[in-house]
Amino acid sequence: MNWKTKAGALCVALMASTGLARAEGVLNIYNWGNYTSPDVIKKFEEKYNIKVTITDYDSNDTALAKVRQGGTGFDIAVPSQTFVPIWIKEGLVLETDPSKMENFKNVAPEWANPDFDPGRKYTVPWAWGTIGIVVNTDAYKGPSDTWGIIFNTPDELKGKTNVVPEMNDVLFAATKYVGGEQCTDDKAVLKKVRDTLVAAKPNWIAMEYNTIEKMGAGDFKATSDWNGSALRQRLAHPEIHFFYPKEGYGIWSDNVVVLKEAKNVENAKLFQNFIMDPEVAAGLSAFHRYANGIAGSDKYMPADMKDAPEVVIPADVRSKGELQRLCSPEVQDIYSKIWTELQK
Amino acid sequence: MASAEEIARAADRKDIRDRWLLSAPALIIILVAATGPLLIVLVYSFLTSAAYGGVEWKFSPEAWVSVFLERDIFDDTLSLADANITIFWRSIKLALMTTVVTLALGFPTAYFMATRSEKTRDLWLFLITIPFWTNLLIRTFAVLQIIRNEGIINTLLMKAGIISAPIQILFTDTAILIGMAYVYLPLMVLPIYASMEKLDFRLVEAGYDLYASRWQVLRRIILPLVKPGVIAGSILVFIPAIGAYVTPSILGGGKNMMISNFIELQFGQAHNWPLGSALAITVMVIVMIALLVYVRNTGAASGERRG
Amino acid sequence: MAKPFSIRHQPGFTAIAALCFFALYLPILVLVVYAFNAASSTAEWGGLSLKWFQSAAQNTQVIDATVRSFQIAATAAVIATIAATMAALATTRTPPYPGLTFKYAAINQPLMVPEIVTAVALLIFFSRIKIFTGYSGLGYLIAAHTAFCIPFAYLPIRARLENMDLTLERAAADLYATPWRAFRRVTLPLLWPGILAGLMLAFVISLDDVVITEFVKSGGQDTLPTYMLGQIRRGITPEINAISTAFLLLSVAIVTLFFFVSRKRD
Repeated sequence: MNWKTKAGALCVALMASTGLARAEGVLNIYNWGNYTSPDVIKKFEEKYNIKVTITDYDSNDTALAKVRQGGTGFDIAVPSQTFVPIWIKEGLVLETDPSKMENFKNVAPEWANPDFDPGRKYTVPWAWGTIGIVVNTDAYKGPSDTWGIIFNTPDELKGKTNVVPEMNDVLFAATKYVGGEQCTDDKAVLKKVRDTLVAAKPNWIAMEYNTIEKMGAGDFKATSDWNGSALRQRLAHPEIHFFYPKEGYGIWSDNVVVLKEAKNVENAKLFQNFIMDPEVAAGLSAFHRYANGIAGSDKYMPADMKDAPEVVIPADVRSKGELQRLCSPEVQDIYSKIWTELQK
Repeated sequence: MASAEEIARAADRKDIRDRWLLSAPALIIILVAATGPLLIVLVYSFLTSAAYGGVEWKFSPEAWVSVFLERDIFDDTLSLADANITIFWRSIKLALMTTVVTLALGFPTAYFMATRSEKTRDLWLFLITIPFWTNLLIRTFAVLQIIRNEGIINTLLMKAGIISAPIQILFTDTAILIGMAYVYLPLMVLPIYASMEKLDFRLVEAGYDLYASRWQVLRRIILPLVKPGVIAGSILVFIPAIGAYVTPSILGGGKNMMISNFIELQFGQAHNWPLGSALAITVMVIVMIALLVYVRNTGAASGERRG
Repeated sequence: MAKPFSIRHQPGFTAIAALCFFALYLPILVLVVYAFNAASSTAEWGGLSLKWFQSAAQNTQVIDATVRSFQIAATAAVIATIAATMAALATTRTPPYPGLTFKYAAINQPLMVPEIVTAVALLIFFSRIKIFTGYSGLGYLIAAHTAFCIPFAYLPIRARLENMDLTLERAAADLYATPWRAFRRVTLPLLWPGILAGLMLAFVISLDDVVITEFVKSGGQDTLPTYMLGQIRRGITPEINAISTAFLLLSVAIVTLFFFVSRKRD
């Protein structure tokens, strides 16, 4: 039977085509999905004659689990600030000393020496942003600059409010809402946090990441969200607005690290230096829609981001923002338990 | 006499050896790339959970205790783990309902396909699989598109004046059921079709000759003959449905977890790998017992029929 | 009764089948229609446009991921079906023998564990091998996919075999056919619908996999589902619909061609 030989040949061809790619002039980036500007990558590839591959992850936990086990073949990853200390402590990242790189002079002073990587020995800023409230003002016109939208949902928004299920963010917000300090180990406060969350959950319609589409289509009328996501929602639907909660809101930052097991260390370092260039950083921002932490990138920013209240924090609420930290293992353990109880 | 017996026994032995050789590739692949690594999970379930995911190599029964008992976060009192029971029960219930729905829809569909002319049967087979050549996530998002408040179903019902406000289907258990029935339908249809395709309609004819009604023919002749297909289909739907992950998380809105989502949570944000491992083994044991009971009962029934 | 009595007819079955086919294709229709959506979200309609086809055609990441998905699915499904056919032949039409129950349980085992658990176990296990051998190609993904495809291929083939008696094969053996000849000329043609059903299932199951792939993949090995998983957080554009539509049309074209060619040959 002739088709059988053909099928056999096809199989062999398929298996042969799955072999390993060449290792020279390559850079393997492991990043959040839909987060890496193709234009910037193309520029990098052309400038240094390096072939870049991008592989996606969808959570800090998956990325950490995979990199921890090793053998991934990635050179670069982009963990969030809460996870950076774990990556450093567990020896997963290479000390590339970005603070000595040529373009480091461009890093904005407030991001040059962050707590999660003192002296910037490992990381280079990729993006930073805030976590607040997004409300469709056609559906609800009351004051929205409060976590109360989520934790004490007004009647108009009951059954229409979503919560982005990021454990540390939700617990940070709930702690602020009940008047506590971030990462507090005060059992009384944590109990209040738990009770607030459990009482609030019946008013939520969902706990989902997919906010841009669902807010746009009207499945949700309010949600907790990241600022860049909020910006994209407002640009498509002017009635959707971002609010900075008055109880205090979290600031996050994603950072580029080079993995200890990287096979293309020099290329990875070139990339770290490359993205600290203001024009390049602005290119990244134009795609992922967040601020980048590079001074002087403003003038290359797209027009709709230059004065966007989501990206440029208004002066009157600037003091309410707080960089989210990794809590102690004990507090983290309680968080996990509260979270499990909340999700059941 | 004795030598004939010996020859027969030797032939038997050779037959059994051949059968092991024949099944070796499947067994080896599964052992290496599925079952073997699961031993790691078994070991993990008895270890201590590390602070930010992973395990510490220190024995601890904590995970297994938390499968059955719940320790209050603040006053350390123990109570029955009703969260786990709720989640297990929701998973089993939805999986059973999915199996029933897909069987009710899939059996007639397979019958329809198997009764087409021999030349067009392969075409129908392709027709039923083509929708599934786009991946699960895309299909689930397409289902979401149909059942959401502004989706086709609600719009049509409202235009027809049957309802005045959209029915909230999305983010409910019904949405999960619809999604799973859609996703798992071919897993029911294909095995039933495969065993129905060679159905000998002379038997059906004989049934009618003996004045059987259509229902009697279906129940007494067709169903017993295609039973292996129905069993295979039910297994292929029920078991994956219990462990469904993507459909519940997209259509259920992440508020009502199924067991897979709950286990994923333990390996993810909750950073409790031992508990995730222990839960996984619990699921596996429950499913395996259910499968054995099911196969034994149905197997015994078909054995009776043959005897 | 006006119509002639048909022994094949069962009341309502055709209607249910029609409903099923309709329900199966409705979401696909929606998917295809939204590929031509001008809006930047799959949730809203913004008029007709071909822009997402253009943008998908330029997005090498998504094209690579799609091709890779098909590549893995085709390879894994073929291997799984061959292994499953052999295993089915070995475990049916026989009086019980030692190890039969074990085989049955082992072959079905991948079905019984939630994907995430196999995923974590494979992550730990394969990482060791990756570090040890230095090989991090698609082989791991293909092995993992083959393993969980086997039960899906096995069950329909087994169901088909259980319905076949040994008479014809014995007759062939009586006519001095070699076992291989008897298998090729008698068993295989009879078993073929089961094998085809098993192959289809395995292929589809491999295409769908997200969780195991997410944990096993190495650098540059995104499949379409894992690529989409990464996108959910930041919004999925109709680009995904466009590329799925393109590949759907391509597969339908190939299948149609195959169908007509094979009909001519018959």
